[in-house]
Amino acid sequence: MTADVTEAAVKNVIKEIKIDVDKCIGCRACEMACSAFHARPRFSSTNPARSRIRVVVDELNDEYVPVRATEYAKAECSGRHVYTINEKEYSECSFCGASCPSREYFREPDSGLPLKCDMCEEDPTLEEPWCVQVCRCDALTYVEREDDRPAEEEEKLGELELGLDSLVDRYGIQKLAETVARMSSKG
Amino acid sequence: MCGCGGSRSEEAVHAGGRTFSHWAGDPEGEEMRYAETGFNIEIDLSRGSIERVETDPRLTPLHLGGQGTAGKILWDRVPPEVDPFSPDNLLIFSTGILHGTPVPGANRTAVDTFSPQTNLYSHSLFGGFFGPELKHAGYDKIVIRGKAPDLVYVWIHNDKVEIRDATHLRGKGALETGALIKEELKESEVQVAAIGLAGENRVYMATIEHANSSASRGVGVIMGDKRLKAIAVRGTKDINIAHPAELFAKCSRQYRDIYDNPNCGDYLAHEDDEEWHVNNFAWGNARDRVKGYWTEEREKKWTEISNSVRKRWTGCYNCPKDCHQAISYPGRHTYFQKCYSKLTYAMAAYKELDFNYDILGLTQEYGLDGFSTPQVLAFAIELYEAGILTDQDMPGFPSDSGERFFWLVEKIARREGIGDTLANGVYAAARQIGKGAEAFDHNTMKKFEQVPLKLGTINYPYFLMYATGEKMNITQIEGSYPQIAIADKEERAAFVARWEAAPERFKKWYMEWEPRTHPSVEASVNIVDWNETMHYIDDAIGTCAFLSSFRGQFGGQPPYHIFNLPGFISDAVGIDLDEDELWRIARRNRNLIRAINVRRGLRRSDEAPPADHWKKREPEMETKLLDTYYEFKGWTNDGIPTKETLDDLDLGYVADDLVRRGILAESPDASPIAATTAAVQG
Repeated sequence: MTADVTEAAVKNVIKEIKIDVDKCIGCRACEMACSAFHARPRFSSTNPARSRIRVVVDELNDEYVPVRATEYAKAECSGRHVYTINEKEYSECSFCGASCPSREYFREPDSGLPLKCDMCEEDPTLEEPWCVQVCRCDALTYVEREDDRPAEEEEKLGELELGLDSLVDRYGIQKLAETVARMSSKG
Repeated sequence: MCGCGGSRSEEAVHAGGRTFSHWAGDPEGEEMRYAETGFNIEIDLSRGSIERVETDPRLTPLHLGGQGTAGKILWDRVPPEVDPFSPDNLLIFSTGILHGTPVPGANRTAVDTFSPQTNLYSHSLFGGFFGPELKHAGYDKIVIRGKAPDLVYVWIHNDKVEIRDATHLRGKGALETGALIKEELKESEVQVAAIGLAGENRVYMATIEHANSSASRGVGVIMGDKRLKAIAVRGTKDINIAHPAELFAKCSRQYRDIYDNPNCGDYLAHEDDEEWHVNNFAWGNARDRVKGYWTEEREKKWTEISNSVRKRWTGCYNCPKDCHQAISYPGRHTYFQKCYSKLTYAMAAYKELDFNYDILGLTQEYGLDGFSTPQVLAFAIELYEAGILTDQDMPGFPSDSGERFFWLVEKIARREGIGDTLANGVYAAARQIGKGAEAFDHNTMKKFEQVPLKLGTINYPYFLMYATGEKMNITQIEGSYPQIAIADKEERAAFVARWEAAPERFKKWYMEWEPRTHPSVEASVNIVDWNETMHYIDDAIGTCAFLSSFRGQFGGQPPYHIFNLPGFISDAVGIDLDEDELWRIARRNRNLIRAINVRRGLRRSDEAPPADHWKKREPEMETKLLDTYYEFKGWTNDGIPTKETLDDLDLGYVADDLVRRGILAESPDASPIAATTAAVQG
């Protein structure tokens, strides 16, 4: 570790996407751009169903909530809040970024494996995540703020771990380990 | 009822004048196709059959997609004898070739069929999210034939396609239907296009409603005739891009440009100053222009009304412009208002803005077109006041014009009493009613209600656009060449200097244009050609006219134009394209659509704008304009594309058919037209 990195660790930089639901026009450009950026090779395909940000829309309730994929949840919540904001009712799910079995959001459509927002981490670093860049009406804005508390040694799960995690839930670690062992022995 | 999968093994396809068969392969052996999926869904509602049919990749460089490839299907499969209400009429929902790609503002779904009102080709577009979703489900088009025994809806979820019972949705509002279907399918992300009561009852002004958008001009009535209440689509497949990095870089610049460009989108919708509309459009049954109506006081009042009912401005898929208002009017469901429908009912009824917001809440639920319907209503009131329709025809007809509108809407949507006649539109209703009612039908053309504009002196390019347009409404034809000349020559030169969208010859004509004079005949036909070409491009690729074909006429800075579109298309689709070739594709599509109508009987004699559209007409010049335009287009003097023109556009099979039917002579006596190839440059 270099000194610079240690310095940064003291001042914990928190990356945030601020969401202003009043400004959202429901165009879903954020979904399109996210899916294109995360396609392999980059931009080779589009598919909002693979996006790590989704706009939860209920047109007749005037509900337009962009929500970013956060954690993987193996089970859906047993109880949910219903929020009333400006005379509109929102289910707790409208604000929730979990990849959970209760809905289609934030899961690879083919495999069902969970997706998680990585803030478009790339080398060199992008100025802003892609969803923010294409959101011209500023429903999404990007902010970095410094938190004085030192960063906890957070265990960041990569895409592979995240996928494996959900496979463990689905098949059990024993079966998964056996399968991986069998596959690697086949070379 | 459920059907699934299944490819048609052999199908005769015509392209480039040749007939050949192609193999619809299994998905495993598919060749990679970019931007398009290469598959259509074919649904026969009479038989209850569903097929996934591979399309011929050779049609892509010929027609691109959208209206172009829909025209090809209508030409091949709906002979001119087919009545629009026959099960053999097709109703086609087409994605544009750029739908689902990163190209901003490519989201307009084309609906094509034959209209019972005009007995001609009917074409309309709706924005929102439907087309891109359909493409992600793996299809470029939905082609619907036949009639269901009772009301049904179609549910498309990737490879799974079902025809489902919709009798429980009978009479439900168009947007309400979408919400009910989402609930029933337990799929919040489904995109639904549905008809309301008007479509179910085969009202000619019926629309197809989807999210914040609607398709009009004769397509909702056919959906109703087929007893198809709705189509619900959910797609989670990838769309592949030919040159991804290049396209994405281009598109991310384009977002900024579109957002920052004040001359695109529906900027009039955002203005509370309605002086332009209320002063220039005719009120009532396209009758009077009310001068001095607009006052500061009224603007203040109307602004307050709009602000009190508007929940939000909304946009369509992947477009940074917010052209649609979500409206919540007391006592009405939430609905979406777009375009100039904000005023059409109010002006037709001589009422205020709040009346318009109120009645729109109802007519959007019924699925009635906001352009033609108010004219039908105002026409009925005129007939009543003239004593042609009486209290016997209209028992309990109220005295207030606003109440009358509501009364008539209920009758028309249900086809009850006089509503059954009025539901056939002004032209047919006038003839059914008789007793002189025909004289009150003064604003239709080709049997279709035109925008209520009554003007002073004839305008040459506009005369030609009205006369010859295949898309029935002037807004679908005009749009690239400026409507007025900037008086100040220096300002005009500056305008021309930044006018990237215009081919050179138009810059010259624009600079030479003396205000209050007509462009030359030569300039006029070229202006019409450019205007309509840009619409034919939009309608094949799916881009919104508010970003392109409609948006050059004021400001001259449309984000998409003939010079930058080939790049977007090439990068997405992977075909080589330059402006000349793109122009040529549009010409091919334009001529194909023309031939479809010609085969159904459209001739020069039909190409007459409403007699009172302009007070001052120039009959001799109008003849000359039409002569010249037809010649420029490579058409006969009766408006029929010549064999040479069609052969040159790889539409030899169209020419052969027209010859076989005796519509075109075997060897034309007129000499081939030299002026048909319009180079984009120069």
